[in-house]
Amino acid sequence: MPLIAGCSDAHLSFLDPQGPIAAAQRQHFWWVIAITLTVVLPVLVLTPLILWRYRYGGRARYRPQWEFSLRADLAIWGIPLLVFAVLATLTWRSTIALDPYRPLVSDQPPLEVQVVGFDWQWLFLYPEQGIATVDELVIPAGRPVSLRLTSASVMQGFFVPALGSQIDVMNHMVTRLHLEADAPGVFPGRNMQYSGKEFYRQRFVTRALSADAFADFTHQVRAQGRSFTPEVFSLLMAKNTHAALARALDGTETAAITGRARQTDDAGSPADDSTPLRFKHFPSGLFEAIAAHRAPDWSQDTSSLSTTRPLSPDSLLPASSPLSIHPALAAAAPTGATP
Amino acid sequence: MTALTSRHTDRAGAPARHPGLNLGHAHREGEESREEMVFGFWVFMMSDMILFGLLFGTYVTMLGGTAGGPGPKDLFDMRGAFFETMLLLVSSFTFGMASLALKYRDDRRVLVGWLLVTLLLGLGFVAHELYDFHRMFEAGGVPSRSGFLSAFFSLVPLHGLHVTVACIWLIALLGQLAVHGLDAQTKNGLIRLAILWHFLDIVWIGIFSLVYLGGLA
Amino acid sequence: MNDSTHWLLGRLDASALPFWDALQHPTTKNVINAVIASGAASMVVLGAIAVVIGLTWTRRWGWLWREWLTSPDHKKIGIMFIALALVMLARAVIEAVLMRLQQAFGLDGGFLTADHFGQLFTTHGTIMVFFMAMPFLTGMINYVMPLQIGTRDLSFPVMNQISLGLTAAGAAVVMISLVLAPFSTGGWTGYPTFTGHAANPGAGVDYWIWAVTLSTLSSTLSGINFAVTIYKRRAPGMSWMRLPLFTWTALCTAILMIFAMPPLTVATALLALDRYLDFHLFTADMGGNMMNYINLFWAFGHPEVYILILPAFGIFSEVFSTFAGKTLYGYKALVIATLAIAVLSFTVWLHHFFTMGQSAHINAVFGIATMLIGIPTGVKIYDWMLTLFRGRIRMSVPMIYASGFLMLFVLGGLTGIVLAVPSVDYQVHNSLFLVAHFHNMLIPGLLFGMLAGTNFWFPKAFGFRLEERWGRRAAYAWIIGFMLAFFPLYALGVLGMPRRTVAFFTPAYLPWTLTALVGATIVLLAMACLVIQLWVSVRDRHLNAMPIGDPWDGRSLEWAVSSPPPEYNFPVIPEVYGRDAFMLEKERGKAYQVPDEFPDIVLPANSPMGVIFAVTGTAMAFGLTWYQWWMVLLAAGITLAAVIARGFCRNTTRTLSGEEVRRTHLTWLAQVRATTPVARSREQSTDNRGLPVPPVEGAIQ
Repeated sequence: MPLIAGCSDAHLSFLDPQGPIAAAQRQHFWWVIAITLTVVLPVLVLTPLILWRYRYGGRARYRPQWEFSLRADLAIWGIPLLVFAVLATLTWRSTIALDPYRPLVSDQPPLEVQVVGFDWQWLFLYPEQGIATVDELVIPAGRPVSLRLTSASVMQGFFVPALGSQIDVMNHMVTRLHLEADAPGVFPGRNMQYSGKEFYRQRFVTRALSADAFADFTHQVRAQGRSFTPEVFSLLMAKNTHAALARALDGTETAAITGRARQTDDAGSPADDSTPLRFKHFPSGLFEAIAAHRAPDWSQDTSSLSTTRPLSPDSLLPASSPLSIHPALAAAAPTGATP
Repeated sequence: MTALTSRHTDRAGAPARHPGLNLGHAHREGEESREEMVFGFWVFMMSDMILFGLLFGTYVTMLGGTAGGPGPKDLFDMRGAFFETMLLLVSSFTFGMASLALKYRDDRRVLVGWLLVTLLLGLGFVAHELYDFHRMFEAGGVPSRSGFLSAFFSLVPLHGLHVTVACIWLIALLGQLAVHGLDAQTKNGLIRLAILWHFLDIVWIGIFSLVYLGGLA
Repeated sequence: MNDSTHWLLGRLDASALPFWDALQHPTTKNVINAVIASGAASMVVLGAIAVVIGLTWTRRWGWLWREWLTSPDHKKIGIMFIALALVMLARAVIEAVLMRLQQAFGLDGGFLTADHFGQLFTTHGTIMVFFMAMPFLTGMINYVMPLQIGTRDLSFPVMNQISLGLTAAGAAVVMISLVLAPFSTGGWTGYPTFTGHAANPGAGVDYWIWAVTLSTLSSTLSGINFAVTIYKRRAPGMSWMRLPLFTWTALCTAILMIFAMPPLTVATALLALDRYLDFHLFTADMGGNMMNYINLFWAFGHPEVYILILPAFGIFSEVFSTFAGKTLYGYKALVIATLAIAVLSFTVWLHHFFTMGQSAHINAVFGIATMLIGIPTGVKIYDWMLTLFRGRIRMSVPMIYASGFLMLFVLGGLTGIVLAVPSVDYQVHNSLFLVAHFHNMLIPGLLFGMLAGTNFWFPKAFGFRLEERWGRRAAYAWIIGFMLAFFPLYALGVLGMPRRTVAFFTPAYLPWTLTALVGATIVLLAMACLVIQLWVSVRDRHLNAMPIGDPWDGRSLEWAVSSPPPEYNFPVIPEVYGRDAFMLEKERGKAYQVPDEFPDIVLPANSPMGVIFAVTGTAMAFGLTWYQWWMVLLAAGITLAAVIARGFCRNTTRTLSGEEVRRTHLTWLAQVRATTPVARSREQSTDNRGLPVPPVEGAIQ
């Protein structure tokens, strides 16, 4: 679509799809518009023509008593009915095909990710890998991702437009979503459901990596990520923006952040929003505990999880990688990649 | 009011009668002015029925939301609910007797007598329901305890509130009877209150079956 | 706060003042927001003071009380409803422009705080739906419908006053919230758990709850009143298939009000129980279920869409037929389509939350049901086009609005179908695409309809025509402004921009938000044109007077009486012999005849009930919001006492002597005979005194 071709690099929209779901949605979008136009176009074209031809003072035929024609009536009921039938068929099929709960067909097993919406960050838990990230969903490209989602706060809407559907995320409930990225890339995602004053900043990035890079990433985080302490959890629960959370975890302003009310004016520059927050472990069953309103069980965490590949020092990502994570990981300094 | 609606008689055919108490021959003039009022009240009842219907629906969806708190079996008392049902059913019967007195007898004493009995039964119902709620509160069945109890206490007391309002209306109508006698407007009020009273009876049957019988089954 | 003032003021204290926050934290942004909020608050206060001084100065309190506030006349109540709607429209449009301004500068910031923006979109939506659209269409039905069916008033005139009182109370509460802030930030939908006590304990949500509750009670009563009137009060001979189409839509809207308002009353009442009495109906814990609220809300919300749009459809039907000089094409199809829409509107509520995780089959069923509504709606559109076909179309102001509606509304329909396909809705839900869609339905649909209706029936209500030139400017500015303001929002939605976001971080959005600001500015100009139009019209009222009452060669009964109509509408209730009752009379040369006799007329007497409900309703809502329990109890007590006292009242009517009616009517008929009829070519000139040339001659034009 030429309107928004200029921003295609940013993968903002499903019109620039980066996964099979979004691609199908784009196709449905244009099909629905095309089919519906068959009843809309006549109105757009004929209304001005009629207004002109039958204008006051014109010489076209005037039939003030004419009020019914069987042929016209058959057409105006029949054509919308046909269009409806076509659309209904398309809707039935596409809805079932693109059901967010429906696992994607693939020769690879899906990556399980658990998502928790907080005010105002997203926490991503990778139970198989035993790691966690905040406001950054890292997935392998070309492999389905199976998401289970809940909210630790009010209702939110989880959405990565370039990959696929949005799904509501609700407290004390778990919803599901399946996504897949075609190729490596960075795709913006965000909360779509208004959830308070920092709602507009509640964004995250989705990074799709090649299978190898993904494995490297998980190993790196397991080796060098932060610790998921009770303090981290209470900071997540305490209405913070990503930037504030990052500052608090890095030891600055810790005292100031835990308070609820802060002025938006001095919340810092958006660059802070991209500080990577990656955790090498998290309490086992954290997602279930949040969804069930239980306190997390801190006695067991995922650091004891056995990994499929031993960690080796040469699995570090090259510095030229689009992630450029290791400086951040090494120093836990706020210099991560920006979308 | 009469002249406003008298044109209905001009129409071809007999005017449609409202589905309420159609007063007898002696009240012909009042009957026509009443047509619209009673029809309007029926429409209002339909709207009110939606209100109760939605609360019934909410209650059913919340049955599982006891949050570990007391459930129907711990709180409901069949004997009390049955007693309340009887009070209300009998009050409906006595209101029916009052309506018959209004239609066929020109004797105010009989009418007032039946109305007073109805009022006492209605107040008795409200009093017993309050006692029942008190008993539930004692047993830990407070609305803030769980979603289930919240749904219970938004459905059942709403019916009780309706009965209370109906009792106040009945008292006001008795006052009108005393001040203005049995004039068209008082009759009008009595006919509409009768509809409300029987309607509340029907709603209570729903509550008794769904909430109490269903809960204790 | 000490205990002595606590019982009096509840939780109300100085922090409710709109500049309080800026005094405590004087950052640049806070100061800017405080200036805006305090400016709005002082507008409310100064406006109220100006009205009081003006009324006192001109000694009009008695006049206001007798002629307007206590009048049970459906025409006056209708006018008051519409006046209220226009005032609220002005406020909500200004809020809209402010929001567009914010988003035009919203890349990485803007000038509004997030809380202020949240209140803006909440009040804008709440006002536009409950205190602009609802009173506008209620007023329109109030004024026109009894005249169209040939009766003297609604079935329950005092209940009509109470309806107005309750809506006015709700609007007053929203206005007060500007002075004693804040309002809710939960949007017009007010979803818990965000609006629950845990997440939002402040007064804002409570303001919203009570304002909306007052409005729903008012609309339920209006719906009952309209439906009963149409069922029971049609003039002799006005059978169902002879009803003017506007009355048909009024009936369907009324039925929808009766059945669709209770779900919202239940939703807000239960939310109030959660907030005030610690119930757990919509809380996240203790067995509550917020999805119940969402279902209840949209069980109201979707029929509400048709409550809003159907009367506008009715107005457009009248406008197309009148200004094409032609009987409506497919009257029966239009009636059937209206009824079908009304019924189907209850079957689609779930399409407002396809993303909530229910099964795909359920989503698909509701998506298909939604598209089903497109069929009757499409039929209506084509019926209107066929009404224009072979007509003689005069492009008057109502006709400009109607033509704009026809072409813009189908675009909204198109995007509606897009949203109805769940697989696509997963992409555009909660985005600005959705915002663009419903504005595309409601501005060209509802608002253009109401403005067309205002231009159409204003001469009937006030006896002079609205000025045409400024009317045209307003209409074109509305159409262009709407397109510029909302078409960019479609693009933004497709680009993934969420609704209700105060700022954004994507530079690609900026060109679109800037274009939308231009559109919003043109809409503001359109509002200015409307004000100027009214001003010029009132100034030139003698020039444009049309006392005979039929300026557009009208077709239904309201045009058969003088302008403005006498309070009893018809000196004698008319007999109806066919559809387009008045046009038939004109064609048969039977219009403006002298009745055989003039019987006495009984009318409802004045009553203060509406005013009492307005005052106690406002007091109750205010007291509940700020925990001032004494005020709640006092207001509730007064309301109960007033209702009981009303029951004891027996002087509820007054009688006009037939002699007086005869004199008035004969004077008017003499005026009719003395007036030169005008052809349609002179319709917009000052020659138009409201008497058209007879249709037989008029047909050759």
